[in-house]
Amino acid sequence: MKVVICSYGAGNTRSVQLAFARLGVEALVGADAGDVLAADLAVLPGVGAAGSAMRALRRHGLDEALCERAALDRPILGICLGLQLALEETEEDGGVDGLALVPGRAARLRGGRVPRIGWAPLDESGETYWYAHSYAAETPAATATSEGITAIVRCGAFTGVQFHPEKSGAAGARFLAARCLSRV
Amino acid sequence: MPLPRLIPCLDVAEGRVVKGVRFAALRDVGDPVELGAAYSDAGADELVFLDISATLASRAAALDVAARVAEHVAIPFTFGGGIRTVEDATAVLEAGADKVSVNSAALARPALIEELAARLGSQAVVVAIDTEGGRVRSHAATRDAERDTVAWARECEARGAGELLVTSIDRDGTRAGYDLETLAELRAAVALPIVASGGAGDAHHVAAALRVADAALLASILHEDPQRLRSLRRELAELGIELRDAA
Repeated sequence: MKVVICSYGAGNTRSVQLAFARLGVEALVGADAGDVLAADLAVLPGVGAAGSAMRALRRHGLDEALCERAALDRPILGICLGLQLALEETEEDGGVDGLALVPGRAARLRGGRVPRIGWAPLDESGETYWYAHSYAAETPAATATSEGITAIVRCGAFTGVQFHPEKSGAAGARFLAARCLSRV
Repeated sequence: MPLPRLIPCLDVAEGRVVKGVRFAALRDVGDPVELGAAYSDAGADELVFLDISATLASRAAALDVAARVAEHVAIPFTFGGGIRTVEDATAVLEAGADKVSVNSAALARPALIEELAARLGSQAVVVAIDTEGGRVRSHAATRDAERDTVAWARECEARGAGELLVTSIDRDGTRAGYDLETLAELRAAVALPIVASGGAGDAHHVAAALRVADAALLASILHEDPQRLRSLRRELAELGIELRDAA
């Protein structure tokens, strides 16, 4: 199986690559649009600010490659900011247009401590993952929430997670194995 | 609110975990990757590695530690000590760390916090505040930073910090309990998550800290013993603190 992790200067690509390696999957880290298009699974990681990340995606031509993948119904996993960039827009950095693979927008968290950092269970299943974010998706495509905040999004071949499966210990590994790799 | 976090803190120098009382006579107590992995297995929610030597040779060793920890530990970790520039911080995150912690460098040049937040995102920027009597200390707490602790915490938040690691210097190593008053004051002053540090002697102290802070940093209370973390988690559960099911 060929997994490509999009490298565009705004992701913890090494951590994601190591998480797949622990599952016995050798993932390629790269910014080549052709590789991203051809992979069995493309992963869009992301930490940091939305504006600069979106500019970097466009600079590498990864925006088009990801949109084409989605149109062809080929699996994509967006992690944290990678989920938020897949929406139509985010209100971060004064408003940034996203890839529009998923309807909805990312809005700043209201209430609680912000950034929201730490382990929290899914409201539906109780599975507990690690989060670190100040913005969250508001979308009809949400399939799971954590403390009422969008945690998992599915839209066609796109799966987005607000948490970091690569840093969520055994639970994160189970998620990647059962809900990402098994669908490829 | 996410679940309260227990965060073992490992002091490292030249690539090894060390232990020293007030920076005198450092003793080698193990390999950071082995100890970090053992804490992770014992239910740690995150880890903090502090490079306390911060020599040039140690910087390279620290990056190697971060890279090896990322390889073997699947929970988040913070790296601190000797980070003075965005480049220093970026290298640590690229190695696989999730957050960097800055202290004296931010006091010397507060704009560093903004630069780090712009490049890495606020969630990756921890400002460590050493406090004593409501005043900030710098340079491993050897100097008065001439700042009020609450005012500095607010400034850190305004500049884009994502978390505060608050060490009460007068409690550190005393095992007499965390400085709950200062923690509560800071909690009211900022909306950032706060990690409490300094003074933990028993489970009651940790439980009390977790009622006013989001996480507790655990150093001398663990004696570099992952089994102690397991027993502490059990004791905290009995005291009504809901922790992550780490299985």
